[in-house]
Amino acid sequence: MNTTRRGFLKTGTGAVVASVLGFDVHDAYAQAKELKIARTTETRSTCPYCSVSCGVIIHTIGDNAKNVTAQVVYVEGDPDHPINRGTLCPKGSSLMQDILNDRRLLKPQVRRPGSDHWEDIGWGQAFDEIARHIKKTRDESFITTDSQGRTVNRVETIAWNGGCTDTNELNYLVVKTMRSLGVTYLENQARV
Amino acid sequence: MTNGWIDIKNTDMMLIMGGNPAENHPCGFKWPIKAKRQRNAKMIVVDPRFTRTAAVADLFVQIRAGSDIAFLGGLIHYALENQRIAKDYLVNYTNAAFVIKEGFKLPEDGLYSGFDPATQVYDKSSWNYEETGGAGSKAAANGPPMLPANVAYDTALENPRCVYQLLKKQYSRYTPEMVERVTGVPKDQFLKTADLFTSIRKDGNTKQVGTIIYAVGWTQHTFGSQIIRTAAMLQLLLGNVGRAGGGVNALRGHSNIQGATDIAGIFDNLPGYLKVPTPADTDFSAWMKRITPTSSKPKEWDSWNYWSNTPKFAVSLMKSMYGDAANKDNDWAFAYLPKVDREYSWVHIWDDMYQGKVKGLIAFGMNGVAIGPNSQKNIDALKKADWLVVCEIYPDETSGFWQSPGITPEELKNIQTEVYRLPGAGFAEKDGTIVNSARWLQWKWTALAPPGDAKVDQEILARIFLKVRELYQKEGGKFPDPILKLSWNYTDPNNPSLSEIAKDLNGRAVADVMDPATQQVIKAGQQLPGFGFLRDDGSTSSGNWLWCGSWTEAGPLMQRRGTDDPSGQGIYPNWAWSWPMNRRVMYNRASCDPSGKPWDAERRQVWWNEAQKKWVGNDVPDFKADSAPKDHMGPFIMNPEGIGRLFVPLAGMADGPFPEHYEPFESPIANPLHPQQSTNPVVKKYTSDMDKYGTPA
Repeated sequence: MNTTRRGFLKTGTGAVVASVLGFDVHDAYAQAKELKIARTTETRSTCPYCSVSCGVIIHTIGDNAKNVTAQVVYVEGDPDHPINRGTLCPKGSSLMQDILNDRRLLKPQVRRPGSDHWEDIGWGQAFDEIARHIKKTRDESFITTDSQGRTVNRVETIAWNGGCTDTNELNYLVVKTMRSLGVTYLENQARV
Repeated sequence: MTNGWIDIKNTDMMLIMGGNPAENHPCGFKWPIKAKRQRNAKMIVVDPRFTRTAAVADLFVQIRAGSDIAFLGGLIHYALENQRIAKDYLVNYTNAAFVIKEGFKLPEDGLYSGFDPATQVYDKSSWNYEETGGAGSKAAANGPPMLPANVAYDTALENPRCVYQLLKKQYSRYTPEMVERVTGVPKDQFLKTADLFTSIRKDGNTKQVGTIIYAVGWTQHTFGSQIIRTAAMLQLLLGNVGRAGGGVNALRGHSNIQGATDIAGIFDNLPGYLKVPTPADTDFSAWMKRITPTSSKPKEWDSWNYWSNTPKFAVSLMKSMYGDAANKDNDWAFAYLPKVDREYSWVHIWDDMYQGKVKGLIAFGMNGVAIGPNSQKNIDALKKADWLVVCEIYPDETSGFWQSPGITPEELKNIQTEVYRLPGAGFAEKDGTIVNSARWLQWKWTALAPPGDAKVDQEILARIFLKVRELYQKEGGKFPDPILKLSWNYTDPNNPSLSEIAKDLNGRAVADVMDPATQQVIKAGQQLPGFGFLRDDGSTSSGNWLWCGSWTEAGPLMQRRGTDDPSGQGIYPNWAWSWPMNRRVMYNRASCDPSGKPWDAERRQVWWNEAQKKWVGNDVPDFKADSAPKDHMGPFIMNPEGIGRLFVPLAGMADGPFPEHYEPFESPIANPLHPQQSTNPVVKKYTSDMDKYGTPA
């Protein structure tokens, strides 16, 4: 028989153990249970939902180990953050459901012209085809000079719609890449 | 926000309109509540609905949706009538004393001077200051009208064409009776509100402070900018801008909408609010000449006119985007920038796609079909597009438009749009910075990898771009230069590290740079300490001048987690980094009287230190540090005049230098102020078959 306290408590049901010992061990059993965040890695992040930008702490288990994928077990407000001081609103409190959700998109897919269904597509092929689309559309419609003969170097057939939870750094890549292509229809959530 | 979230706790009076922070910004709302509890601050809520915010207000007033300008104009009228204004602030820090030139007409009939009914656009040359005797700036023969270098002014505020008198005349029509007619707010309730809100300036009181808080209830109108303008004018009249617990405070909607605005992923701006070049800008210097303001002010005053440094920002941006491929010899790669001379904004994208002009759309984290005013129009638009690329973390209506209800199998076969749906990363799966409403850049760390085969957005975009570049390298094509020469020196080009990009955004010295004032040398390759070091000679690079100072040689300041707040005002100078230069309350020089002494000693933010001959304080001064009060430099350093604008001259606003109440486009009534010009005369109207307008029954 396992002689550690935990091992002892786990060997049988409370009733069996109680009959052996003569007292109820449920309270002790409850004490031995560990906080689910006792062994987690804490990562500081920011809630994506509104512009208060509350500090959040994301608790994950299983990282730093070989061949183990980190998994989120808990998300809470960051008590150090001066603005929210550890509090979160209902949206922030449910952030775990935003991260861990069986509706998350997991693989790239394509809908072919005229088709009625999604097909899986590999990343490499997706990048190839998308790049081909961009080049074809751009080359077919690139405007070097306008009707008054002035240099404009722009493309009016490709548009970009950016989001509002995209990081600043991604947005800079967007500005760089889209402007280098000559795209003028460059917009994001800030407009709306 | 001009101020910040925590700063709201310093206020004595809150006006919350066009927003419902109790429900939409709950964790930020603890600060207005704190102001109520600790300072006995009063909260006024003006809203068409009795919201949860209204439920904790001291005064709730129910207003007809869309009549906010009438209400605020009524408050301005009340403040002026009862002299509940900050007189010294008004005369010295705003353009109240500036004289407007002859020929300007107020819109008693709904139209300002200069309206052309044929084009539905104003000729704004009469919306300008009067030039004073002496050397003035002359506009180029066929150039646009310019502000005069020397402005005529009357500090007694008596000249009938001074802004103060015109302001009085403009809002003389916004009597309590008219406010009741237009807004539906009973006269006595309106007067109660006006009395309460302006009570902070009763009998010459300058200690107390009021704030105005708003959100998309104000912005989502055809005259949204003008509503906010009216609030700003009211705050200037009351001397609340620049003060702790004051300001004009937008509660933005999403976690990085502020960052998205700053970095300008929008058609008419480049990062840091630089204006895009037009086809009429024949070269880089023509572009700079057009977008760089020259100072315009009373001769005896001083104006820093900080936008006069525009060429330094623009050249540094081109160096950041194109590296050595942007240099003096090729006009800083000016040819690589697309020239913009019409509207390409969000609504236009969908309308032009509906007309078959836009062939391909890339949407990263934006669900256009769901948020447009007419989802069906957007769906029908996508049916005509050649291709659509969506990067999302959940299935959305945009990528699934071809599965929307009402599409028959027959029709589906004819929808030729090729749709790619790429799984991206959620907030927890990528690092990088986002900017909150209070202008704080905050870094977040990656907690875990994206699930399944999903990739981080920067990798997806990088790989697409590099593939496009590869195709142009192999096959040539139309004007490939900007694509081939775009700087992409990341350690992992397929998945650029956001830290490396953040350092680009801050900027670095390309060649050794010396600051003449301090003799400090920044060596080539080093991160720049701030935008004061940017140069227009190609020796510096910076992706966004406004964020210069966020990642210096000391490290990433936006990752700081200092929980100390020595002044107790909620400044938290060592938590993250706010733009500009970690100043937490903008225009804070205006928190002091003209002699440099704080209006309220208890909430001192910055002040003039005569011994050190500079501005010092609990907050970083948003001002030229060594400009003595006697030199009368204006606190609003980003305006060419250096002052806060009650009157916005020339092309600042499309529909008028003062806000005027116009009915919303789909209003059931005619405008009581001028029924013959009920709505905003310059609003663009869309005319496709899918653009349906409501009409009164």
